[in-house]
Amino acid sequence: MNFEFSDDQKQLRDQARRFLAEQCPPKAVRAVLEGAAGYDKALWQGLADMGFLGVAIPEAFGGAGAGHLELCVIAEEMGRALAPVPFSSTVYLAAEALLLAGSDAQKQAWLPKIASGAAIGTLALFEGPGNPSPRAIRLGAANGVLNGVKTPVADGAIADFAIVAARVGSSGRETDIALHLVDLKAGGVAAQTLASVDPSRNQAELTFTDCKAEPLGAANEGWSILTRVLDRAAVLMAFEQVGGADRALEMGRDYALDRVAFGRPIGSFQAVKHILADMYVAATLARSNCYYGAWALSTDAGELPEAAATARISATQAFQHCSKQNIQVHGGMGFTWEFDCHLYYRRSNALALALGSLSYWEDQLIERMRKKNAA
Amino acid sequence: MNFDDTPQEAAFRAKAREWIAANAPKDYEAELSQAPLGRIALKSANIVEIGRAWQQKKFDAGWSCLHWPKEYGGHGASPIMRVIWQQEEGVYVKLTHPFTIGEGMCGPTLMAFGHEADKQRYLPRIASGEEIWCQLFSEPSAGSDVAGLRTRAEPDGDGWIVNGQKIWTSGAHYSDYGLLFARTDPDVPKHKGLTMFFLDMKSPGVEVRPIKQANGMQEFNEVYFTDVRIPDRQRLGAVGDGWNVSLTTLMNERMSIGARLATGFPEIFAFCSDFVTEHGPAIEDRAVRAKLAEWAVKASGLKYTAYRAMSAVSRGERPGPENSIGKLVAGAMVQDIGAFAMDLQGASGVLAGTDAEAAGRFQAMELGAPGMRIAGGTDEILRNIIAERVLGLPGDIRVDKDVPFNRIPTKGR
Amino acid sequence: MNFDDTPQEAAFRAEARAWIEANAPKQYQDELAKASLGRFTLAGANVLDVAKAWQKKKADAGWACLHWPKEYGGRGSSPIERVIWQQEEGVFGKLGRMFIIGHGMCGPTMMAYASEEHKRRYLPPLASGEKVWCQLFSEPAGGSDVAGLRTRAERDGDDWIVNGQKIWTSGAHYSDYGILITRTDPTVPKHKGLTMFFLDMKSPGVEIKPIKQANGQSEFNEVYFTDVRIPDSQRLGAVNDGWNVSLTTLMNERMSIGASVATGFPELFDYCNDLVIDGAPAIEDRAVRAKLANWAVKASGLKYTAFRSISALSRGERPGPENSIGKLVAGSMIQEVATYALDLQGAAGVVSDPAHAEVEGKFQAMLLRSPATRVEGGTDEILRNIIAERVLGLPGDIRVDKDVPFNKIPTRGRG
Repeated sequence: MNFEFSDDQKQLRDQARRFLAEQCPPKAVRAVLEGAAGYDKALWQGLADMGFLGVAIPEAFGGAGAGHLELCVIAEEMGRALAPVPFSSTVYLAAEALLLAGSDAQKQAWLPKIASGAAIGTLALFEGPGNPSPRAIRLGAANGVLNGVKTPVADGAIADFAIVAARVGSSGRETDIALHLVDLKAGGVAAQTLASVDPSRNQAELTFTDCKAEPLGAANEGWSILTRVLDRAAVLMAFEQVGGADRALEMGRDYALDRVAFGRPIGSFQAVKHILADMYVAATLARSNCYYGAWALSTDAGELPEAAATARISATQAFQHCSKQNIQVHGGMGFTWEFDCHLYYRRSNALALALGSLSYWEDQLIERMRKKNAA
Repeated sequence: MNFDDTPQEAAFRAKAREWIAANAPKDYEAELSQAPLGRIALKSANIVEIGRAWQQKKFDAGWSCLHWPKEYGGHGASPIMRVIWQQEEGVYVKLTHPFTIGEGMCGPTLMAFGHEADKQRYLPRIASGEEIWCQLFSEPSAGSDVAGLRTRAEPDGDGWIVNGQKIWTSGAHYSDYGLLFARTDPDVPKHKGLTMFFLDMKSPGVEVRPIKQANGMQEFNEVYFTDVRIPDRQRLGAVGDGWNVSLTTLMNERMSIGARLATGFPEIFAFCSDFVTEHGPAIEDRAVRAKLAEWAVKASGLKYTAYRAMSAVSRGERPGPENSIGKLVAGAMVQDIGAFAMDLQGASGVLAGTDAEAAGRFQAMELGAPGMRIAGGTDEILRNIIAERVLGLPGDIRVDKDVPFNRIPTKGR
Repeated sequence: MNFDDTPQEAAFRAEARAWIEANAPKQYQDELAKASLGRFTLAGANVLDVAKAWQKKKADAGWACLHWPKEYGGRGSSPIERVIWQQEEGVFGKLGRMFIIGHGMCGPTMMAYASEEHKRRYLPPLASGEKVWCQLFSEPAGGSDVAGLRTRAERDGDDWIVNGQKIWTSGAHYSDYGILITRTDPTVPKHKGLTMFFLDMKSPGVEIKPIKQANGQSEFNEVYFTDVRIPDSQRLGAVNDGWNVSLTTLMNERMSIGASVATGFPELFDYCNDLVIDGAPAIEDRAVRAKLANWAVKASGLKYTAFRSISALSRGERPGPENSIGKLVAGSMIQEVATYALDLQGAAGVVSDPAHAEVEGKFQAMLLRSPATRVEGGTDEILRNIIAERVLGLPGDIRVDKDVPFNKIPTRGRG
């Protein structure tokens, strides 16, 4: 059994960690959180130059042609560093959708730009409160144009192109939904940035008015492609969440070792040490589930739908738990703007909702296990 | 067993209700009732000013600081009458926020340890809201461990010179006076070298800086003291006896029962009653119901625990440390409810403020809740209080108890 | 990243599988598969006899105590081969339960500290299951605080005379031998006056009383020692060095990874697939699904955490204290799972009679047995301490009794 990343992949992790420690310190995250740029442009270009944006994109399309295990490794480091860049939207969602369903021309048009940092992509799926569901999609596609509103769209205001889920029929079935590729800079789309719990990542409302769009993948397969994209993104997002959970745990541990109260490091009090032990347990279970997801993703295993939901739930819980308890271990200082704890707390709550919320994935997991069991 | 007032209580309640109906600032009622956790501010007015006006009005009619003696601006009321007043005051209680520390902590301490002339001078103005007080206890290196504070007060003629820093001082930026806890002898064990003072917050050398919190709000301050001079007559209690004085202050804090704690339950119940998900009305979803039911019984448990404490007060008993459970339960609950409401909203749950569902009240809860689990006693300290003072378990081992303060380690590694 | 065996591992697995296929006591397979926490019986057979027969068969064919040296009854296998064997042995591994302490703790301690003659004499019958061993560590006054034990061993010529009481001794009533930790010097601090021995459980003066547990069963015993004589040659390690010897014993306990910890999840998932509530399958109820999903990801997390440890073994690394999470997570989980299963049954959940209760009262048995899982072999609190201190590097608790002579340590909390 070799249920572990290879030495090469670990080297890549170290390289990414060093790069992000240098190029993405907490003050870079704060600059985006408190500014209006929407993302860290220099960091984004740096990630492209390091080859991280195209790590799982084939060489034929300008990528490094490594694989999804390598992408998992990078995703974890992005989570640790809270990288304020549209990585998940561009790489887990847009690039994956193109790789799964794009025509050769579409891949050729966008994948090299993703890899080089020249284009930011995203997925425009949601139309207000709710979880992924074909019934919730009202934005219509007809005669090559889209009309409707998508909200929230992660990184919507900074993206160059979007994969848009649109309604093409009214049979009430999944086949009513088709995916479209939209050049957001070509007119017909108005973007408005929205306030969010984690302003270190952009959230926007996109209004499409007779906006030109080209189909992505077969017209009646939109929902099934989307489901596969979400599963793949769920694994990658889970790695990002585990990276954040681990860092929050380390911050709490370090503070508990340094901070003295009642003449002792607070980490010597069981009330504090047991909080940290429980954080470790949550982060460890999530990491192991993520590895399972990574294996399924990288081998395109039949277990992927179940493994993705498992990794996603576990990592959401772990990041939320670790980031909130990290504040608790820090006490009052943890609740100041000045300390970095809230950056993790905000991000954990934001990532928990991207791709559909925890309760959505819980429902999905049991549905998928049940189907497998019945089969 | 019943929830009924005694005839005397009923009469008092009727009178209070009538006066409030006739005098409360109704213009702000709607806004106050919707104010979520961590977000008490008024759109059209400065809440401190509106609060001051309400406090003055109450004072003039004899409804302020009800349980204080009349000569100090109170009404000599029994504790149960105070609870009844709070119930009747309803949403307007939120306006009294700037005065609670003065009424609940600084005033009682001054009453117990101040000179008579000072009591006559300061207490009625606390009661009328004319002067606001803050409490200067916490420090960067003394949070849960209050007695670990390092702010020095050194004797200088007939006064003291204070140097150091306080933190988490609620309302320092609008306060006129403060109750200050300082170290007067670092050569003795930590609880023994402390002394209590009060001071004019406008004294030269006092600098107040707001703290920006994790949720972006500013409710607390850092207060720096540079060679601040305090006359010795403003000392409360004996030199070196500050720890005992502070126990009076903190004990009075615990007396403020009946003050309702936000749990988030009414808000989440109302939200789920209206909100529709892909599975239909949220309130009809059995997964949602299971969650709501768990929170409903907790909120109910807190409510009736408070009622039991009120019954004790009504019988003339003193409520005990069991009131610590309120914030312990409510803090974690608000955090869970915030997260769950956001989860229900799906990807849109990430939005905040007016871009979000329910005007972002649940996102504000989620971002504010971590502070609630820390401020005024962390969850861990509250569990210690319950274990030690209610259940009678032994205290944690205090390695620093008999060590001279200046020999206690300050770094963990 | 993959779950594949190396060619060498695959060959070993194939050989093991073939032998098990040909030799396992298949007549008990179904019953063993159904056994869950708090419910382990074989109709018409004595579990101990069946287990001993299977162990002997394995030993004769060279499949017992795989990682032990051959001369002591083992096979000299690598740790990963041991894990592969456990995977292949499957439900029949449940028969190994009464040998776990002997093989996992007593044997390795003997191997490290006993004389060569004793090792050759005692270890092979331990490996073959002919002799069963138990571990006599816990005492009424020394549970989580093992070093607080009070059983005295006093020197008497070439022997030692033991007086005192042990408790929570798993399997003492069917054990032939035991390893025993005693206090030999009460005037020095508590960790410094301990000495380890092994003894014949049939020695005069040894009295075993079963403990009736909260769930009505009796898996554990009290063992009383009245002037029990042990030859000095059965001492393990130096006099007063017993604490260090015990660390060897306990460290070996932690090595037994790959052995899956029962979480109750597969049982609950199956149950919810079959159960119908108000005319609809329980598994379609969104409230049920939310619960199941939470437990599913924990069970999965434990499984793949074990796989990561197995990978470490496969690379020749030693798994660390992070394995402590298994029992910590599974213990409280199985308790919650059982409670929830009863809840799903409504008022009928109270019935535990296997003839009348849902799924033969499996969850009722689980519920009543589960509190012990959170206590035995390290309480939840001790496990959290282990994680916090040995994994995360936090400081240990303050030990007020560390440098105090043992006989000056208070023995009562109050009065």
